[in-house]
Parts: sequence; C-alpha cells; structure tokens
Amino acid sequence: MLPLSGERTDAKGIISEKSESGDVIRGSSTLKRGFAHMLKNGVVMDVTNVEQAQIAEEAGAVSVMVLDKLPSDVRKAGGVARTASIRIIEEIMDSVTIPVMAKCRIGHVNEALVLQDTDVDMIDESEVLTPADELRHIWKWDLTTPVVNGARSLAEALRRIEEGAAMIRTKGEPGTGNVAEAITHIKKVNDELRTIKSIYDSGDNQDLVRMAREFKVSYDIVEQTAKLGRLPVVNFAAGGIATPADAAYLMSLGCDGIFVGSGIFNANDAAERARAIVLATTFWNETDKVKEAQKMIDERQSMLGLDVKTLELRMQDRGGSA
Amino acid sequence: MSAKIGILAIQGDVAENVSSLVASIADLNQDATVHVVKTPEQISAMDGLVIPGGESTTIGQLSLVNGSQKVIKQKVESGMPVLGICAGMILLANNASDRVVGKTEQPLFDFLDIKLERNSFGRQRESFEANVSMDPIGISNYNGVFIRAPAISSASDDVEVLAKLNEKIVAIKKGNIIGTSFHPELTDDLAVHKYFVNLVKESKN
Repeated sequence: MLPLSGERTDAKGIISEKSESGDVIRGSSTLKRGFAHMLKNGVVMDVTNVEQAQIAEEAGAVSVMVLDKLPSDVRKAGGVARTASIRIIEEIMDSVTIPVMAKCRIGHVNEALVLQDTDVDMIDESEVLTPADELRHIWKWDLTTPVVNGARSLAEALRRIEEGAAMIRTKGEPGTGNVAEAITHIKKVNDELRTIKSIYDSGDNQDLVRMAREFKVSYDIVEQTAKLGRLPVVNFAAGGIATPADAAYLMSLGCDGIFVGSGIFNANDAAERARAIVLATTFWNETDKVKEAQKMIDERQSMLGLDVKTLELRMQDRGGSA
Repeated sequence: MSAKIGILAIQGDVAENVSSLVASIADLNQDATVHVVKTPEQISAMDGLVIPGGESTTIGQLSLVNGSQKVIKQKVESGMPVLGICAGMILLANNASDRVVGKTEQPLFDFLDIKLERNSFGRQRESFEANVSMDPIGISNYNGVFIRAPAISSASDDVEVLAKLNEKIVAIKKGNIIGTSFHPELTDDLAVHKYFVNLVKESKN
C-alpha cells in the first residue's frame, strides 16, 4: 500500500487512454511515486558515459543518473551547468537495463520536457546545475515522467511534494566528498517529522496550522504527513557520499536509499568502490558486512574531500528559499 | 500451527509488502506472522516468501553474495510457496532478455521455463494502470499497477497462465510458485496477498 497524500487527480501529467482491452492510465501518483518505491534500499550512481553506466549496473546500482560533468567537476569548471547531451543519455539508455535518470535545471520547464520526451525514467530537478528560475520550481504535476527534488528541511520537502515531486532526496553539499551536510539535512527532516507527529498526536490543530504557515505549505499536506510520521514519498540521501560507511550511516538514519555523485567515478578505484557502496547500503545494519565493504576500498584512492565552510559555491542554497 | 511469511529484504519495496500481508492476515483472521528476511538463516525459518518489486539485477547479485539465493532455491524446490512481484517474477525465470539491450547475464533462481522480456511495455513514461483478471484463482477486476513491467511471451506446459494483457502473459502459477508483472502491494486491494497467505497456510497444513 502506498501513501498518496497531497496527490492531484486532475493533474495534466495523467493520461487516460481507452483501448480494446480496457482503459489504461499513465502518469498517476501511484505510478510516479511507485517507481521511486522500486528503488528503495538501493544506490543510484552519477555517470557521464556508457562505460561508467555499465560499471554501475554490474556493481548492482538500481539506477544511473546521467550528467555532463560529475558534481565535483562542475565545481571546478565553474560557469553555467546545464542538462547533459541527449545523445549521451540515449546511448546509455540503449546499453543498460536499469532505469536511467537525468538532471535538469531548477525551474527549467523545457529542459524537463525534453528529458521526458527522451524517455528518461526519472528527472532530477537539481541544484547541481545552475538554476534557471530561483523563485519557481517546475510544476511537476504537468509531467508524466516522475521528478525527484532535493530538500534540506521538511518545509522544502513538502513544498516540492506540493509541486508534484514523486521522490525527495537530501541536498547535502554535492561534489565535496563530505557527507556532513547530508547528515545534517536528514536529521533536520527527521526532527521536524517528530515535531509535527507529536503535535498531531496531541490533537492541537491550531499548532499544526502554525507549522503549515511556517513551512509555507497547505494545512492538508502537513496534517497528512504528520499522521503518517514520515514523508509521503520515498526519501533518499544525497550530496557528499564517498565511502561504504557513509552510505551505511545514512541508511541507519532512516533514508530509503542512496545517491552517489562524484564519490565513485572521481575515486581511483571506481568499480570496486561502486560494488562496496552497494554492499554497505544493502547490509547497512550488519557491521561485519559494512567492514567487508570498507575493506574493498582504499582510502588513499578516495576523492579529495572539501571543507564545506570554505566553499565559494554552496549548491544546496540554490532554490532553497522558493 | 502459525505460519511464517517472509519478505526478501535485499532491495525493493519491502515495507509495502509488509503492510499488505499484515492487513491480509488480519482480514482473513489467519494464524500467521510477517517477517523481513535477508540472511540464509532467517529465510530457512520461513513457510512462505515474497520477492518484492525492485531491480532484478541488484536483488539477484546481492542474494548470490550473501548465500540467500541457495537457501531460497532449496526451500522453493521442496515446496515453500513463493510470490515473485515484477523484479521478483524475473528472478523466478530461467532466462531474461531486455526489450532494448537483449539477453542479460544476470543471476536468476531458475524455477520457471518461460520466455521473459524485461521492460516489455517500455520505459517509465509508458508505465500504466490497467484492469486485469486472474480467473483461474478467482480474482477479477483487479487494478494492475505496471511499472517498467516485465512480461512473458511463452511458457512451458507445466506453467499455468493466470492473466494476459494484450496477448502478453502478466501472471503465472506453477504449483507453489506465483509470479505477477504488476504490483499488488501498491494498491489497497488485498486479493493477491490474501490468496498467497491462504496458499502458505494450506502448504503448512
């Protein structure tokens, strides 16, 4: 059974077709959110070419995310980061059996439409790319393809879900190899979920509407989320994950799965590290297995981490106030 | 005697199957318990097993790594009921081929002699909800949720076809083994899970 809190049954992204064998519906919340549910307890890996996508699939990734540059290289290159080349996305879709995702810029409706028409399985409206609209994210109910968004707090997560996000991930701080921000974000979301749940359990509706006003979302979605005691969509960890132990720790904090960006293909032991991170995500609560995974990698091969305090570019702040 | 029903928790939508099974057992007023299982030891204590939706390549590889695949094979071959959903149904097959990529070299459990095609209806945008009927097991008017779903084009004579959609086989049964292309755990209709609970209870008695 699937929580459908906040769903819009009149969304433009829902397509009804009549056929001889009966009516068919595409793009419903059950299908879009359900897709994300199939990724649970798995690892989604950032890739930039076919070779990396195949390494990811062989390592047991549940999906690959296609980018033009890995987040850490976006950081180094500077300038404007846009969606990846359609040709490369198509090549990857033709060479792996697992789902293929791609990123579009925050608020860039037509990049998302192009990705939908390319038939990617999920679109990431991502702060790793340069935002096209700082004030407005995409109204994702208009799309048939599911969209994942980043969030640093329950307020951001619920705002994105109201816009039609089918999945949420922490923002963390992409391209740093530093997991601290992802940990901060998931803990903040968890704390806020506990707060609204306790308000809901106490029956204090006035306090719940106060929370809705603070979060800048509707009362209904706060009430439904409080009742559930968790986000009504799948919630993954992302941003700065570099080692198997990083992945295991985030799973232990209640994340439904893991996105790894630069951590794998900017390390010098990519294939081994990819397998190790999958192993640690699956068996996160068995310390001997996480140790085994940790032994598969060499810390001297890990990507060089960055201290978040000294960063010139904080990707996590992008689109955060909207 | 109380029956233990496990959900293979390597990867995929485990919690959704837990809630569907718990609700089914309560509705049927059956004496059965639901367990999230991952290790060979946990699996060997079960009387029935659900292999959930997820990515078949991931579940297949990791169940090989921790030795659970071997136990599942032994248990199912000796009669333990198993319900394979979507990725779970792919794993029940003896071969799999992707619609675009072609034949895959992924590890499978090899219970069913069928011709199975992964992503048979297309990519996520083509995922759909449609009405299916599984007349041989008395379930009709069922809302099938198909997500990047596999389908079977042909099956050996010992495999019973439970449902078809546009000439593609989307649900099958071979004795204690059931497979569905669609996701009963994503709907509120408990018919498939209830059928499976009863099957486990019968095989236990």
